[in-house]
Amino acid sequence: MHAVYNFVAGPLLWVTAAVFLGGVLYRLVSMALLARKKDLVVYSYMDLRYALRSIMHWLAPFGSLNSRRRPVFTIVTFTFHVCLFLVPIFLFAHVVLWKQSWNVSWWYISEATGDVLTLVVIAACLFFLVRRLVLPDVKYLSSASDFVILALVAAPFVTGFWTYHQWIGFRTMGIVHILSGEILLMAIPFTKLSHMIFFPFMRGYMGSEFGAVRHARDW
Amino acid sequence: MVAPATQDKPKIHDMGIAQGAAKLTPERIEVVIRQFLKNETGARLKAYLETCVHCGLCSEACHFYLSNDNDPAFAPAAKVKQTLGEIVKHKGRVSPAFIEKACEIAHTECNLCRRCAMYCPFGIDVAYLMLVMRRICHLLGTTPQYLQDTAHSHSATLNQMWVKEDEWIDSLQWQEEEAQEEIPKLRIPLEKEGADVFYSVIGPEPKFRAQLIYQAAVIMNTAGVNWTMPATPGWDNSDMCMYSGDNEMMARLKRAHFETAMRLKVKRIVMGECGHAFRSVYDMGNRALGWRMPPIPVVHAIEFYYELLKSGRIRIAKKYPTPVTIHDPCNVVRGRGLHEMLRYVADALCEKVVEMHPNREHNYCCSAGGGVINTGPPFKNKRVTGNRVKAEQLFRVKTKGVKTVIAPCHNCHGGLEDIIHVNQLGLELKFLGDLIYETMEKPE
Ligand code: SF4
Ligand code: SF4
Ligand code: SF4
Repeated sequence: MHAVYNFVAGPLLWVTAAVFLGGVLYRLVSMALLARKKDLVVYSYMDLRYALRSIMHWLAPFGSLNSRRRPVFTIVTFTFHVCLFLVPIFLFAHVVLWKQSWNVSWWYISEATGDVLTLVVIAACLFFLVRRLVLPDVKYLSSASDFVILALVAAPFVTGFWTYHQWIGFRTMGIVHILSGEILLMAIPFTKLSHMIFFPFMRGYMGSEFGAVRHARDW
Repeated sequence: MVAPATQDKPKIHDMGIAQGAAKLTPERIEVVIRQFLKNETGARLKAYLETCVHCGLCSEACHFYLSNDNDPAFAPAAKVKQTLGEIVKHKGRVSPAFIEKACEIAHTECNLCRRCAMYCPFGIDVAYLMLVMRRICHLLGTTPQYLQDTAHSHSATLNQMWVKEDEWIDSLQWQEEEAQEEIPKLRIPLEKEGADVFYSVIGPEPKFRAQLIYQAAVIMNTAGVNWTMPATPGWDNSDMCMYSGDNEMMARLKRAHFETAMRLKVKRIVMGECGHAFRSVYDMGNRALGWRMPPIPVVHAIEFYYELLKSGRIRIAKKYPTPVTIHDPCNVVRGRGLHEMLRYVADALCEKVVEMHPNREHNYCCSAGGGVINTGPPFKNKRVTGNRVKAEQLFRVKTKGVKTVIAPCHNCHGGLEDIIHVNQLGLELKFLGDLIYETMEKPE
C-alpha cells in the first residue's frame, strides 16, 4: 500500500506534470504549425480585438444569447467549470501538498466550502450524464468516449469526497483519488477535454471573422 | 449509439448523386478522401472535429432541426457526425452508399447559414465542415444533378444560366429601350471606362428577371450615378461552384469578375440584391484567389441604396402604404452586418415595418441558401418542410397585418416564395429595388 502510495504521489506526479504540460504545449504548437501550413486564413483574419470581444461575451455568464435561452444549463456549466478549477487548486489539503512539494502556497478555502464545491461538481456531472441519456439530440451525438470522459472528470471528485470523509476503505480511495486526478490531467491534451486548450483560439477565430470581416456579432 | 431517426427519412433519388456513386468503389473513395484530407484540410477541420464536446447546444440554432420536430439527425453537430465524423474516424474507408447519404446531408440539409456558429460556445463552423464534405462529393463526382448543371454553365459561359455574350448585351439594350419610354434620356452604359460603379448582377437577372435591370437603370439614372455594365463575360457575380465544392471554378469565376472591374477601371463594384453572390465575392472567392479582402471595394445593393437615400440622391414621393416585414438574408446580415442599413432603407420606403423574430444576426435562413435551392425539384419538399419555422414567423407577422415581405436576396426570394406558396400564406415578396422603383420621385 505504501509503495503504491509513494509511487502515485511521487514519480507518477512528475510524469503527470510532464505529460500534461508537454501535451498542452505539443497540441498548441502542432496545431499552430498545421494552421500555418494549411489554414493560413486563420492567421490572416485573426484579430485580437474582435477575438477578445467574442471570448468575453462567451465567458461572461448570460453573455451570449444561447446562454440566456438556457438558464439552467448556463448556471450548471458555469459553476461546474469554476469549481473544477477552484477545488484542486485552493482546497486546504491540496494547498498543504503544494507547500510540501514545491514550497509554494496561497490562500485556501475552508474545508466545508471545499466539501460543498466538490458536491457541486459531482452534481453537475450527474446533470450532464442525465442530459446525455435523456435529451434526444445529445444522446444521438454521444458515443462511449463521451461517457468515459465524463467519468474521468467525476472520478477525482467522488474519490476525494470519499477520502475526506474517511468512509470505508478510504486509504485505498485516497490512492485512487490521486491516480484518477493524474489520469484526468494527462487526458486533457489528448481527448475532447482539449476543448479547454482550444476554446480561446476557436472562439477567437470565429469572433474575428464575424467582427472584422463580416461586421456582425457572434453571440 | 446512432438513434434510428435518419433511417426514417424517405430516400430521395438524385441522378447526379446516384450515378456518381454507382461509379465509385471503396478503394477509389479511400484514395480520393485521403489525398484530399492530406492536401487540402488542416487545423480547422482537426480542431472542429476534436473539440466538439457533443453538447447539443447548437441544435436549436438550426431551422432544419426545429422544423423537423427536433429530429436529432438534423442537429448541426449530428450532420457532422454522420458525414465527416465517420469519414475521419474510418480514415476514408467508407462505402459508396455512405457517400450518397453524406452528399445528401451536406447538400440538402444545411444552408451554410452559419447560425449554429453563434450558438456553439466554441464557434465550431459547421458551414465550413459541410463545405468540406461537399468538396469531397465534388472530387468523387457525386454532386446533385441540378447543382452540377449550374456549375457546368458557369464553367462553359462564366455565368449561371447559359446566357451567351450577345444575349447578355441584347437584354441590356432591350431593357434600355423599354426604360427610355419612361425616361427618354436613360442609358445603360456599357463598357464605360473609369465609371464610379460597375453594376453586377446574377445570371438569372437577364434571363428571368430583366425588370430588375430595368429598375436598377431607373434608379441609377435618377440618382445621377456614373455607372457601367460590362459587355463581356465577367458580368455575372453569382457562383454555384462555391457551393458545389468546385473551388477551382469558384476562383476562375471571381477572377473574371474582378478582372472585368479592373479592366473597366471602375471605382467599385455594386452588386444587385443577392446574398450568395455577395458571399462569393466578399468572403470566399477572394480567399480562393489569395486576396484577404476583395481587390476592389465591393458593395451590396442594401449599402448602395442606403447611401443614395441617406444623401438624398433618391427621394421618396410616396411611401409604400401597407405593412411590410423584413427577411434578413444570412449572407449579407450574418455575412456582412448590413441589417441596420436594411432597416434604414425599409423605413425610408415603407409606412410601417413589422419585425419578425428572431431577426438581424439571429435570423433564420430561408432554407434556399447554400445552394440548396439549386439542387432542384428532387429536394424541394424537403427544403420547404425543413423550414416550417420560417413559415411560422411569416404567419405571425401576417396576423399583424403584414402583406409584403422584403427580401433583398435572390435566393431568399426563391426559398420564401415556395414557403409562402406551400403554406398558403398569401404574402407578396419584394426586392428593395422593386420598392424604390415604386415609391421614388422619378424625373419627368
Ligand atoms: S443550416 Fe445553418 S444552422 Fe443549420 S447546420 Fe447549416 S449552418 Fe448550421
Ligand atoms: S458543435 Fe458546438 S454546440 Fe454543437 S455539439 Fe459540438 S461543441 Fe456542442
Ligand atoms: S438565400 Fe438568403 S436566407 Fe438563405 S442563405 Fe442565402 S442569404 Fe441566407
